[in-house]
Amino acid sequence: MSGVRVLVGTKKGAFILESDGTRDQWSVTGPHFGGWEIYHLKGSPVDPNRIYVSQSTGWFGQIIQRSSDGGKTWETMGNQFTYDGVPGTHQWYDGTPHPWEFKRVWHLEPSLHDADTVYAGVEDAALFRSTDGGQSWTELSGLRKHGSGAHWMPGAGGMGLHTIVQHPTNPKRMWIAISSAGVFRTDDGGETWAPANKGLTSKYIPDPNAEVGFCVHNLSMNPANPDRLYMQLHWNVMRSDDGADSWQLISGNLPSDFGFPVQVHAHDPETVYVVPIKSDSEHYPPDAKLRVYRSRTGGTEWEALTNGLPQEHCYVNILRDAMSIDRLDPCGVYFGTTGGQVYMSPDGGDHWSAIASNLPSVLSVEVQTLP
Amino acid sequence: MSGSTIRVVVPYHLRTLAKVGDEVTVEVTGTVTQRSVLDALEARYPVLRGTIRDHVTKQRRPFLRFFACEEDLSHESPDTELPAPVAAGTEPYLVVGAIAGG
Repeated sequence: MSGVRVLVGTKKGAFILESDGTRDQWSVTGPHFGGWEIYHLKGSPVDPNRIYVSQSTGWFGQIIQRSSDGGKTWETMGNQFTYDGVPGTHQWYDGTPHPWEFKRVWHLEPSLHDADTVYAGVEDAALFRSTDGGQSWTELSGLRKHGSGAHWMPGAGGMGLHTIVQHPTNPKRMWIAISSAGVFRTDDGGETWAPANKGLTSKYIPDPNAEVGFCVHNLSMNPANPDRLYMQLHWNVMRSDDGADSWQLISGNLPSDFGFPVQVHAHDPETVYVVPIKSDSEHYPPDAKLRVYRSRTGGTEWEALTNGLPQEHCYVNILRDAMSIDRLDPCGVYFGTTGGQVYMSPDGGDHWSAIASNLPSVLSVEVQTLP
Repeated sequence: MSGSTIRVVVPYHLRTLAKVGDEVTVEVTGTVTQRSVLDALEARYPVLRGTIRDHVTKQRRPFLRFFACEEDLSHESPDTELPAPVAAGTEPYLVVGAIAGG
């Protein structure tokens, strides 16, 4: 029987939850790297035993760890992330120029095609790639050197490159998202990049034709329809049907269209999940009720999923990388909270239960569907 | 040129990372300075590269301090000779993390 491995990054270490295909009984190991912030860990689609980890603290900086046995043992890999050339400046919060400085790796995206190739999205925003299993890292500097780089500005959490989406069949095409610069797409394997933010609006940006400056929170795509991308923008949930050439609003009847993660169902590109948060000033669920919202129509028409989730006195947040899906049938949906719970639904969101309840604040959740 | 055996104490998380105990020793050839000690430490434990000093600039990370013989050496030149008891191996060179966090 197939199984599921859930990789949980928290503010004080990584945890690995495993179950067989029933997703009924769960084992928990960890903390791995106890006391360190684990912004993200993710397994290779080519070799599920290969797991890459971003480990950091403000004291000791960035560490990259790698496992080749599904998280039983770890090797410390290379941690030198040096910007290509003279980094220059981006905008600071007050609009003044600020030097580009490496702070941490927010997101690791293993290649769809090669277990030794992995992409790293970092703060201050840039994209790095390793082709030797994480030992050395090279910046794909065509992104940062796109003409708009000097105008990028940090979001409240920093200027992180947090989302990396690979086209399932065309290795030359990839999308990334930066808070708060927006979405960029490459069609030549990362050499050159173009903004892909047409149709996005923000009350903080007076120019209706602005190319960049958008606080995109997350992107998601089902490989069965790689032209269709979903986005949780700072405010607004958006969809593109043309590979991010343009975006349209699909917030519809959501109680709030502020939020962080967005995920697409494993088997149906029309089914999408978001977790509404009250506002950008109050990072907790509307009415203190933890509700995942599901649309089966590609957005606009949303239904609240509440069965098994707390419906009173709930003041947690769900961060952008803290939601994931498995590829079993029916599709499992998972998310972690800043309160240390990891919730799982084995039936596409109809029923939920906590598979971990007292972890440190959850930063990321990734799910591996094992053979 | 003769070498010196230098005792170095690093914070808990770096001990875990380098898989070492409370105190390590490194061999330094020539003048014993903060730079030569940290160079030797990173050469022996490459996983510590970038965790104490910046990879490129070699600047001390902001939340770390360097001490020896009850003196704060954090703002000394990295090329200043360390106190004689450190060079003689009777006192350790201390890398200390700021006490903060939740």
